[in-house]
Amino acid sequence: MSEIVIKNLRKEFGAFTAVQGSTFTIRDGEFFMLLGPSGCGKTTTLRMIAGLELPTSGQILIDGEDVSQKPASQRDIAMVFQMFALYPHMNVRKNIAYPLVSQGVPKAEVQRKVAEVARILRIEHLLDKGVGGLSGGDRQRVALGRAIVRNPKAFMMDEPLGALDAEFREIMAEELRALHDRMGATTVYVTHDQLEAMQMGDKIVVMNHGVVEQFGTPQEIYDHPATLFVADFIGSPAMNFLRFEGAVAAGGTTVTLGDTPIDLPALQEDAAGKLVLGVRPEHVTLSDVAPLRARIEAVEYLGTTQIVTLSTPHGTVKARTPSTLPARVGDLTGLALNTPRLSLFDATSGRAFRTAANAGVFHG
Amino acid sequence: MSAYSVTEPSKASKWLAGLLVALYTLITLLPLVWIISTSFKTGPDSISYPPKVIFEPSLEGYVNLFTTRTRIAAEDFAALPPPETWYDRIVRDQGMVIAGQSRFGERFMNSVIIGFGSTFLSIFLGTLAAYAFSRFKVPLKDDLLFFILSTRMMPPIAVAIPIYLMYRELGLSDTHLGMILLYTAVNISLAVWLLKGFIDEIPREYEEAALIDGYTRFQAFRKVVLPQAATGIASTAIFCLIFAWNEYAFAVLLTSGNAQTAPPFIPTIIGVGGQDWPAVAAGATLFLLPVMIFTILLRKHLLRGITFGAVRK
Repeated sequence: MSEIVIKNLRKEFGAFTAVQGSTFTIRDGEFFMLLGPSGCGKTTTLRMIAGLELPTSGQILIDGEDVSQKPASQRDIAMVFQMFALYPHMNVRKNIAYPLVSQGVPKAEVQRKVAEVARILRIEHLLDKGVGGLSGGDRQRVALGRAIVRNPKAFMMDEPLGALDAEFREIMAEELRALHDRMGATTVYVTHDQLEAMQMGDKIVVMNHGVVEQFGTPQEIYDHPATLFVADFIGSPAMNFLRFEGAVAAGGTTVTLGDTPIDLPALQEDAAGKLVLGVRPEHVTLSDVAPLRARIEAVEYLGTTQIVTLSTPHGTVKARTPSTLPARVGDLTGLALNTPRLSLFDATSGRAFRTAANAGVFHG
Repeated sequence: MSAYSVTEPSKASKWLAGLLVALYTLITLLPLVWIISTSFKTGPDSISYPPKVIFEPSLEGYVNLFTTRTRIAAEDFAALPPPETWYDRIVRDQGMVIAGQSRFGERFMNSVIIGFGSTFLSIFLGTLAAYAFSRFKVPLKDDLLFFILSTRMMPPIAVAIPIYLMYRELGLSDTHLGMILLYTAVNISLAVWLLKGFIDEIPREYEEAALIDGYTRFQAFRKVVLPQAATGIASTAIFCLIFAWNEYAFAVLLTSGNAQTAPPFIPTIIGVGGQDWPAVAAGATLFLLPVMIFTILLRKHLLRGITFGAVRK
């Protein structure tokens, strides 16, 4: 198993730049998520690590060795494709054995390993079946079997759950994570589903338009988004944005929305101009005495909680409140915001200002 | 229960469709039935009017096809010992004796060598070219593909004279190699375009999976792409073989002795000793067989090939 270091990785397809200068490190044994909307360059990044695309510039180091210009077959990496890409003309056993055959592993050894993998994945009864008639979950297991059969340096997974039914996705997500914990293998996982990324990942890289927006643990990214894009992309419902104009000097702990003062973690740099105050729905509480006034526009009942949509002079705010709390459409109320969990963004650049709360999270 | 279904065709339209198919089958099969039955008739039966539908089958046509025969003086004929073999007897019944073998067997073999040889070469080159066009960034790809297609835009016979002169200079006239190269040149455009379509349909992930699994690009092509393309290769091969097998004009022009194929040979039978229709029909019947067998062997692939892409995605 191994550590993967990505340095200033860049990929151009003609005039289009798919990945612009990504830099991050995947530590040994990490379950590492590449997250972003479609077309953000996450799959291209994965394919470059796997060797299916060669980078335009930059370096990919696997265990300290620069492999960026090596063909895929020499990198000793396994990959699970979104559509599984099981060889349709081979049965399950041959599919799983295929990577070993290329390495010239003796027949008896191949049989032993295939049997072992089939046992781990509980697909022993399928070994002699064709891959055509398998269900989505079984195909997924066979694809995983083909990947884990030969102890590669790392696993690449390109939206491996994307082709499964919602119900199966849950089960396979758990199985995948359990399998990873058991094998301790470095895994790079591409997804556009932020819930999946937060649920399964040790680390997440959020990408947009070929640029790495943020890199950190799921909690860091959720609590302290580095950009407006990350704040909006992660979490459902997304982070609320209150837009206003103002100026706060470094050390300031209050911003003024219109004429309502709102406390926030101490700023560590100057902020001025068009600003955005970000707050997650669960950090908004309805309080009749709070100075920030709002009108209830809609209420969505979700069982234990409810999502209350409110309109304020600075934009729409969604609040996640206990469903026992009364909230009637049309009522006027006040909004109290949980100070330590607030973020302040520059509206033009989208960047989060450094505060006492997020200073430890930003890796520069 | 509703009286009719929107997805199921009505009874009347099923009947109509069935009738049309039956009619079409009849029209297509009738000439074949005519040729095959003629090949089993005797000379007089074959030209009787009205035509005989029920007749006593005879192998006269086939014997005549494979032999050359001659008439000898009546007294010599009467003095001959009784015929030794069944084909001797058939010839004797026509008042003749066998003079030797005809060249049909040889011509037929030429057809087999040239037809299958050029089909193999077209498919071999076509598959490699189609794979490259499908998967790699080839400079001027669209122009090259158009150029390849453009070789089909005129009837091949339009260049017959230049090819004739060229072949004479190069010593390719009346050789197997010359004919194989010529038919390959005509078929290659069809092969590249058809196969490119088929290979385009094969998801790249299969090869990528093989590359990741430690195989080289060529191994991935051979072990993963080729089995997937079998359907396309089979149907393309049938189309190529049918053209090379049936080609007449170039064969007449460029071959005479050594490499003559069956199509120009069969009509020459007409001239030998009167209009021997059963022998012509026998030649045509035998000539049908290889393509028929080849098509039947590959028919599973052919059917899938024709409907390829229609049901997926």
